[in-house]
This record gives sequence, structure tokens and C-alpha cells, in this order.
Amino acid sequence: MSIPDSRSRVPSLTSSATQGGSSGDGPARVVLEAAGIRRATTRIAHEILERNGSPESITLVAIALGGVPVGEMLAEALRELSGSEVPLGALDVTLYRDDVIGHGRRPIPHKTRMPFSVTGKRVVLVEDVVFTGRTVRAAMDAVIDFGRPEGIQVATLVDRGHRELPIRVDFVGKNIPTSRAEKVVLRQAPGGEYEVVVI
Amino acid sequence: MRHLLGIENMEPDEIVRVLDTAEAMLEISQREIKRVPTLRGRTVINVFLEPSTRTRVSFEIAAKRLSADAVNVSESGSSLSKAETLADMVQNLAAMNADVLIVRDRTAGVPQMLAERVRVPVINAGDGVHEHPTQALLDVFTVRQSLGSLEGRVVAIVGDIAHSRVARSDIYAFTKLGAEVRVAGPATMMPPGIELLGVKPCDSMAEALEGADVIVMLRIQQERLEGPLFPSMREYARTFGLTVEKLKLASPDAIVLHPGPVNRGVEIATEVADAEPSRILDQVTNGVAVRMAVLYLITGAVE
Repeated sequence: MSIPDSRSRVPSLTSSATQGGSSGDGPARVVLEAAGIRRATTRIAHEILERNGSPESITLVAIALGGVPVGEMLAEALRELSGSEVPLGALDVTLYRDDVIGHGRRPIPHKTRMPFSVTGKRVVLVEDVVFTGRTVRAAMDAVIDFGRPEGIQVATLVDRGHRELPIRVDFVGKNIPTSRAEKVVLRQAPGGEYEVVVI
Repeated sequence: MRHLLGIENMEPDEIVRVLDTAEAMLEISQREIKRVPTLRGRTVINVFLEPSTRTRVSFEIAAKRLSADAVNVSESGSSLSKAETLADMVQNLAAMNADVLIVRDRTAGVPQMLAERVRVPVINAGDGVHEHPTQALLDVFTVRQSLGSLEGRVVAIVGDIAHSRVARSDIYAFTKLGAEVRVAGPATMMPPGIELLGVKPCDSMAEALEGADVIVMLRIQQERLEGPLFPSMREYARTFGLTVEKLKLASPDAIVLHPGPVNRGVEIATEVADAEPSRILDQVTNGVAVRMAVLYLITGAVE
């Protein structure tokens, strides 16, 4: 499933999720390969349904950019399991980030697409990698600007620890111990399959 | 971006950066709660020393949608009527720790002069017949939105080229992004040497419109004209007004822009202003997004 977009000339968010992943600085160690990612998203989909009951109450909100391919995989898995379509949005949190508001960093924001109401829904925020928790914090503020969800949960493919805020994830594909200096990225391998690497 | 004084000194990739940022800003205006916290606690002062509705309100809304505090200063009621100089007034406003000054003035060069005197970023919201950079940015944004890339597109700018700051900023913006620009207007309104800006002066409106992808119709600015530069409004409308008939000369997918306010029946026929090719109201919508992008980028930490 892909996120509805009325303007086809906007490049797919998925295709740009690989940026920075293929940089040549240091050897990249694969910590989660395509099959592992598939198993993890299927398991998370089961857990989401188990926790929330009917799929009608759930909306997936992928955090741009890295969360978008994971959101698409989760939406697909949820459809296969439950037989119904779960809405999927893409949320850019740049304008809510504490390092943008406070310090004046000016990254170019990506487009947000939230073609549904979140009010009364159980919003599952979807990330590729949860690290300090600051992005999740920004995403919670952003979601609440769109309405009043019944609850917000967090699903991530990888939790690498080093939280700086009291944020926990509800559904995790794999816990990967890392050092702060390492980079963990979801990227597309040359064959087009996704993999998670530590650089 | 330290100040935004004109398009003339902008690099093409700086323009693209504003347009890309504006894409994301556009979505914010479509939300039920049209506000993000990005410029919380920042103060934006709108100094408008020439009448304006659209641009002033557009900047004010843009600042507020980013959570900045926006304050408006107009000529009437300001201390300029107590013979304070403009530079003094603006230095006083800056001393109140303003974060951005947005300046419109009827004299060319005023925003530049003020930018040299204060440490606050200055945005030119239109200075005399010099430049109107945010209008040009929203124009190229609107074209990109409708037609995709500007590379190789033919843009016809028609009307009072000599007295139009929009024409000047548009010429810089469109040519920097790779479009081919033609200009047409009454001989009295065509500045000599205009081809030095890299545009093609045309002898007739028909020549300018032939196969054009974008038509920018300029407003006849009666308030800026000192004597009659054309015999009558009716004759102007006949020769340089955009009618349904003349529109047929352009590309079948051509779009029509106008910076507003529109003189219906003079530079543009009502049937064209309200028809499908017209992007006049999209320009207004996009103007808020583009100004949000400029405010966002200009308040960034100086690197």
C-alpha cells in the first residue's frame, strides 16, 4: 500500500529513504536483512491487532522519511492479517523538532500527508529506528495538532537505546545495542530489498 | 539567507530551496489547526509604507502559522508623521528585539538601505519599481506546481514592464530557473535595454504569446504613472489585454498568472481571469506558503 498523493510529480518518500545509507564511511554491518524485516513487521502487525482489537480503530502514521517504508510494510501485513485496509499517513516532524525550534537549524521539511482524521483513533506512530526519543516526542505533538486520538503507540523496526526523554516504544522489531557514535540506517540494498545496517 | 532584498542576487539553488520548503508549508494551511510551533517566541514586524492588502495580510498570516508574533506598522499613525526618519524608526523597531523586518516602500532601495543599518534580517515586500522577490518566488512556485520543471518553458510577461517590480523580479526568477522569457507592452512601457536581462522583447502581444506555457499579465498601475503612457484604457485593453481569443495563441496547457489586484476588463478579461487556465487564486494561496518558507529559512542560525 502506498500513501495517497494527488501530485504525482512529488518524488516517492520511499525512494529517498535510502539517503545517507550508502555512504562509504566505514564498513556497514547488516544487522537485519530483508527476511528478518519481513518477520519483524508481520509479528508487529500481530501485536498491534492483539493490543487494539478491531483494525477499524487503528491508523498508522509513519514518521518521514525513514518510517515510511516500514509503515507501508506494516499496512500490508495488517491487511493480510485482518482483511481490512488500515489508513496510513506520513508525518514530517521537522517543524516540531526541539533542535529546529530552539536553535534555528533549517533542514528542508518533507511533505506531510494525513488524509484522514486521527480523532478517536488509536494512532500507531511508525519509525525505522528509535534512538534519543526526540523525534517521537516531536511526532506526538504534531499528531495532537491534527486531532485528539484515543491513544498514541509507537512501533519501530529497531530500538537502539540511548533515550534522552521518557519515551518508550510499544512494538519493536529488534533491539540493537549500539554506541552513540554509530549510525543505524534502514536502506535499500542494490537488489531493492530493505536492510538495516550499522555504520 | 541573511536578507531577502531581491531575486537578482539569489543563486538558483537558493530559489529551489525556498520552493522545496514551501511545498511542505502548503500542507499546513490545509489543516484544521493551521499552525506549527517553529517560530514560537519570535517577533516579526511588518513595516508597510505603501498601501497593500494582499501582501501585508499574506506575510502576517505566514508569520502566525509558524507561531511567530506579528506586528504591523503602517505609514499613517507611525512616527514618520512626526518627522522621524525611516532609518531611525526602523532602528527603534529593531531595538525592541524584532527577529525579522518586512519592509514595503514606494522608493526603490529602501529595504537595502535599512538592511545595512540594522542587524535584523530584512525581507523586501516590494520597493518602488525595483523588486518584489516574494511575488516572484510564489510565481515560480505556482508554475512548478502546475507544469513541473521550469526548464525550457516559455514565459510571456505582458504589460507595463518599465514600472513593474513584479516584472523585474519575475524576469530574474524565471531566467535563473531555465525558462525562456518574452516581454511585451506599449513602447512607452518597455524599458530600453531590457534584453540585457536575458529576455526577448516582442513587438506585439501575439508574438509574445505564440506557444507560451505561462502568461504573466501585469497590472496597469495608475497610481505609479505620472502621465498618459497610452491613449485610453479601452485601447490598452484591445492591444494588450488578455482575451479568450488571444489566449488561443498560447500553448493549449498554458496557465495565466496575475499579481493582483486585477483590473478586470483592462489587462485581463473577466472570462479569462475566472477560467480554468487562471492560477490567480492559487498564487494567493501559494503566497502564504512561500512567505512561510522565507520566514523559516531567514530565521535560521547564521552558519
